[in-house]
This record gives sequence, C-alpha cells and structure tokens, in this order.
Amino acid sequence: MHVGLHHYLFVSFLLFSLGLLGVIMRRNLLVIYMSLELMLNSANLALVSFSRFNHKLDGQVLVFFIITVAAAEVAVGLALIVALYRKRQSAHVEDLTSMKL
Amino acid sequence: MEQINNLVNGGAVEDVLFYVFAALTLLCAILVVANPFSRSPVTSAMFLVLTIISMSGLFLLLHAFFLAAVQILVYAGAVMVLFLFVIMLLDLKEEARRKIKFFGLAAGLVSVGIVFSIFVKSLASLQPEAAGPALEGETYALGKLLFTQYTLPFEIVSVLLLVAMIGVILLSKRKLE
Repeated sequence: MHVGLHHYLFVSFLLFSLGLLGVIMRRNLLVIYMSLELMLNSANLALVSFSRFNHKLDGQVLVFFIITVAAAEVAVGLALIVALYRKRQSAHVEDLTSMKL
Repeated sequence: MEQINNLVNGGAVEDVLFYVFAALTLLCAILVVANPFSRSPVTSAMFLVLTIISMSGLFLLLHAFFLAAVQILVYAGAVMVLFLFVIMLLDLKEEARRKIKFFGLAAGLVSVGIVFSIFVKSLASLQPEAAGPALEGETYALGKLLFTQYTLPFEIVSVLLLVAMIGVILLSKRKLE
C-alpha cells in the first residue's frame, strides 16, 4: 500500500499518545518535560505532512514557529525546575504537593 | 540497475524508508516514556535525541529539508544539550520503581481513547489529496513566505525569545531582590 497522509497522521497520533501517557503516568519532572517535547514533535509531524500533501507551505512555517517557541519554553521550564530543586531538593511530582487541598 | 531505477521512481524505496523511520521513531519514543531497563532520566534524554533524529528522517521524506536540518540543529543540538546539562546539574539519582497507580493508568488510557476518537473523526473528514504542482526548492520558498506573509509573527517570536532569555536569567538568580 502506498504511503500517504493517513500513515503519517497515524504515526503522529501514536507519538502524541505516548507523550500523553508519559505526562500522566511518569513522576519525574524532567521525564514529564521530555514527554511534552514528544507531544510537540508529533504535532510538528502532522503539520509537515498536511503541508506536504496539500501542496502548501504554511504548515512548515507554523512548524518553524513551534520549534522556536518550544526552545523558549524548554529554557524557561528548565530554569523553573532548577529553582524548584534548589528549594525542595527534589524533582519528583509526589514531593511537590504544597498546593494540594 | 533498471530494476533499482523502477523501484526509486515508483516510490517503493520511499515507502520502505517511511516504515523504517516510523518504526525507529516509535520505538525510541516508547523507550523515552517507559524504558524497561533503566529509570534514569539520562537514558530517556538520549532516546529522545534518537527519536528527534529519526523524526527528521521523516521530515526529509516529506521534502521538508530545511525543517529537518532545523530539527537536528535546534532540538537534538540545543534543546537536548540543555536537558542533559540540567539533569547532570541536579545530579538526579536513579528513580526507584514505584507502583503504577490505578488512577493514573485509567486516566492515561481514557485520555488516549479520547484522542483516538478525535483522530478517527478527523480522518473521516479528510479531503482527498489536493491536486497541484509538487513543491520544489522549498527552502527558498519557505524563506520568502517567512519574510513576506509571516513577518509580524516572525518579529513577535523574536521578542518572545528575548523575553524568555530575560525570564531565565531572573529565575536562575540566587536571590530575587
């Protein structure tokens, strides 16, 4: 069977689900962050494949912006994690429950 | 030789490459999220690098050459180095294997199910492939689009990067005055 848009979208869906499962089920803040990156990447893959199969470049421009924003987000998020670790000596979500009811 | 040419022109090689890169991407992604051999964040980060590199292979198959290069330079280069740097700075110990909570598993599976239903519905509403000239010379076209139609977002993103930089400096100061 010829590889088309459906195949790429299915791979993108599987990647997104893996990232979602990682965010919900892992407890280490850094691994949660990496799973977030995985989800962003799966969205990128979907956008690039739409752009390829619709013969328009706008999707690729959007991916360019997403990559930039993701880089900024990672920088800020990791700085937050480092600040949190300095205060609490832990990067584990179960140790960070001061806002829990 | 002729057979090889036929294969290349028929797109069979591209199909095989798609399956190879897709399998590699998904395998490495599974090892990022749930590695049966190691719980260390460094291993996860390394497999995330592999995921990103094989995904840039998929980008190449989609003729997004510039984005494939940016993916490797920015993600595998800058972002992942930042990740590894922080992991090693924090000196995280290998995480003890904790029991998976039933609630977490149920929430994860339900949300994946919801995403799957959205996926199936969006597949049903897909238009058949638009007929049109295949895009060639895309880096040039991408740059042109970026600096004509998307100039304002481009400038806003550059301001965003500046803001992020200032924010990171403020956050990592030892004491906020």
